[in-house]
Amino acid sequence: MDSKPQGLGAGVKGIGKLCGAPWARRLIWGCRKAFSSNRAEGATYRPENLRPDSVTTLLRLGDRGLYCEVGDFHIDPWQPVERAVITHAHGDHARWGSGTYLCSREGQGVLRTRLGTDASIQSVDWAEPVDINGVRVSLHPAGHILGSAQIRVEHRGEVWVASGDYKTDPDPTCTPFELVRCHTFITESTFGLPIYRWCPEWQVFDDIRAWWTANRHAGRASVLFGYALGKAQRLLAGLAGADIGPIYTHGAVERLNRDYRAAGVRLADTRYASDLPKGYDFSGSMIVAPPSAAGSTWLRRFGNVSTGFASGWMRIRGARRRRALDRGFVLSDHVDWPSLLAAVEGTGAQRVWVTHGTREPLVRWLTERGLEAMALRAQWKGEEDADPVEVAGEEIPA
Amino acid sequence: MKRFARLLTELDETMRTNEKVDAMAAYFSTADPADAAWAVYFLSGGRPKRLIPVRRLAAWAMEEAGIPEWLFEDCYEAIGDLAETMSLLLPDAESTSDLPLHWWIEERVLPLAKQSEGAQRAVIVESWRELAGAERFIWNKLITGGFRVGVSQQLVVRALAKASGIDEGAIAHRLSGHWEPRPEAFAALLAAETGDADVSKPYPFYLAYAIEDELDDLGDPAEWQAEWKWDGIRAQVIRRNGQTFVWSRGEELVTDRFPEIASAAAFLPDGTVLDGEIMPWKNGAPLPFAQLQRRIGRKVLGAKILNEVPVVLIVYDLLELDGRDARGEPLSWRRERLDEVIAGARSTVLVPSPLIALSAWSGARDAHARAREMSAEGLMLKRRDGVYGVGRRKGGWWKWKVQPYTVDAVMIYAQAGHGRRASLHTDYTFAVWDDGKLVPFAKAYSGLTDAEIRELDGWIRRNTVEKFGPVRHVKPEHVFELGFEGIQASPRHKSGVAVRFPRILRWRTDKRAEDADTIATLRALMSQPS
Repeated sequence: MDSKPQGLGAGVKGIGKLCGAPWARRLIWGCRKAFSSNRAEGATYRPENLRPDSVTTLLRLGDRGLYCEVGDFHIDPWQPVERAVITHAHGDHARWGSGTYLCSREGQGVLRTRLGTDASIQSVDWAEPVDINGVRVSLHPAGHILGSAQIRVEHRGEVWVASGDYKTDPDPTCTPFELVRCHTFITESTFGLPIYRWCPEWQVFDDIRAWWTANRHAGRASVLFGYALGKAQRLLAGLAGADIGPIYTHGAVERLNRDYRAAGVRLADTRYASDLPKGYDFSGSMIVAPPSAAGSTWLRRFGNVSTGFASGWMRIRGARRRRALDRGFVLSDHVDWPSLLAAVEGTGAQRVWVTHGTREPLVRWLTERGLEAMALRAQWKGEEDADPVEVAGEEIPA
Repeated sequence: MKRFARLLTELDETMRTNEKVDAMAAYFSTADPADAAWAVYFLSGGRPKRLIPVRRLAAWAMEEAGIPEWLFEDCYEAIGDLAETMSLLLPDAESTSDLPLHWWIEERVLPLAKQSEGAQRAVIVESWRELAGAERFIWNKLITGGFRVGVSQQLVVRALAKASGIDEGAIAHRLSGHWEPRPEAFAALLAAETGDADVSKPYPFYLAYAIEDELDDLGDPAEWQAEWKWDGIRAQVIRRNGQTFVWSRGEELVTDRFPEIASAAAFLPDGTVLDGEIMPWKNGAPLPFAQLQRRIGRKVLGAKILNEVPVVLIVYDLLELDGRDARGEPLSWRRERLDEVIAGARSTVLVPSPLIALSAWSGARDAHARAREMSAEGLMLKRRDGVYGVGRRKGGWWKWKVQPYTVDAVMIYAQAGHGRRASLHTDYTFAVWDDGKLVPFAKAYSGLTDAEIRELDGWIRRNTVEKFGPVRHVKPEHVFELGFEGIQASPRHKSGVAVRFPRILRWRTDKRAEDADTIATLRALMSQPS
């Protein structure tokens, strides 16, 4: 983690250069429109009114997501909106159907793969400010997956940061998390309990390699489940130097591998499993697949397998046993409890809104330490549940 | 301790029975007998006494971890296991030691019983600091008395047999009943000479599977013996060397709890072992099982309760005759000898299990339909030429239970499960209508598919009206068809009834809460013969 916090108002340069771009012109035009309707003028910040549903805050929770009234844009909306600023390409944060999307330059490839060729996507460099109706917006690395960003929103000296999902642990597949100073920090709390503490990444990869070796001796294939976007590539990057031979992948993983490689991330060599002929002998090999492939007919081709799942949820014994997996590897793309507290403290924020995950304990903890903390009922998935992969019936990054 | 922790991790990490057996066999053949003895004890379900109240342990853990009580409780709710919660919250170990398992138990755990609270705390905290990961988790399991490993006794027996080359039956025999986790006992367990049967030792019980096929697929009814399936306590009565031992199926010595059976058994010839069902029985008819529970719960049995709830042993098999293991003889032979032995004892407490005449399968069907009338749970079908097996084996004995009672009830409370189901709400309380109000009458944990549990869990979280600790009061919306085996009046329950073995049969998505049954339906069931 970059321990040197950036000061407020960091990254001012670049706005002029950007104004020339067609999408930026549109934003500036939209800004004029907003001012002409005089919507922003009456907004004053009275601390007693600072509630998530209040219209007086710079960001608030609307029907369709986190909304900036002054700038007339949404952050990670869950329903189509005119203008969406996207933290990262996971399905619960980047949804179809919005007019325009703004994301980080690093995340453009994966977002394009996720949203399709028709989506209108614009991207900016890290910390490069964009003016949206008089609100200064900039994106800063969140360290969650390739291109994942925290959204910094500044208006009349008030600075808000919406973290999206983030982690502060090193990850070779994306730009490391950057601490951004702000007045209000909107944080995730997927793993917002002190029972969640992560081991160093190298220990997890040692375990994965040992598991693969034992399976190879037993003539079994190792099927390693990890979310198709992000976790799978982090696994493949971690196994890059491991002399494991060709690693076979599920289509959902392989599609995103292309974007990662195009972005210059070094992954282990992979082969798309479905390219291999029927009856191919996979014994002793490693297969990387999304968790949704567990129990599917697609798995049958690998014969005798041992299954493993790389996720922060695997910290809890019951979470692994409930899935009937052979092994759980505790590897998360989210902050653990100590890092979460350190990040909140590092931002210097006095007000903290807590979105998805186990929110209440974190809110109470921060409140007891003098911060103005509040739980936000955002519809980003994994919300409220200790084990969203199971409950939602679809993949949620963890 | 490290080696034992590795074994438990291996057991935890595989779903394959053979791999579990291999892992245990590898451990037993290499471990120090002093450790292996404790391993056998724990793996076969032995649990150390809880020596320190869990509240106190939790308080020490909170202090070590620097966590307030409310946060500790939130964590516990997410995990559902106290030992694991403490393990994950405590700071990482400062150093690691590799002292053997028996040292940890004999030098650290057992002495806790005689130590002051301050000394106990010092030992516990020091141990936490010395143990990491899986070992700390096991340590916490040891001190909370909640030690449970997901292997059956039968697998332990198989592993011991595999490690030693001794017959499984002999191992099971040696392991049943009271087994002291001492190195000598472990050596004796694997001793090559198997004629060492302790005078008190019972045989492993032969257990029946629920019938799967049509009756006609069992072949000629003349090859089968039919009996009522009684709802009592399965027991083995041993008469050897002038002594009597009564063992329950939980392999607990219960001789003192059933003095009438013990005294009747004194008239059995030496070297006799009977298998049967202890039943509360009065005026020639069974009493409800709940009456028997009144007896089980008591340490001292006064004349009053002995009078109110007398018991008999419905005897259905003869396992040993004249000191000789008779389990290999065909059932027809064992039954004939059994009748002779019982007749010789001239006791009203030892009752041969009545046989149901079976000339055609239709006779069995008729009997099955009358089972409830007989206060039986159903029928047992046993192959007349079959031997008495070890454990649960298919083929020789089938149980054919009667359909349970059913009632449609509304879910009103939900609670998260434990262990494997810690973060899902899997424990539900159900209610029926009583004059426009819902009165709770049963709790049920099982019967839904994983997909239904997940769906319901999401709904529960979204529809919680109120929380009382871990219990959520939910909107009365979902109706479930519950099945149960018995029902009787109970002043201790709000609804006035107590049901036996309640479980969920179906989620009645077609019904609304208003359509659920009323307390009158339950009362009507109660007046039926049970």
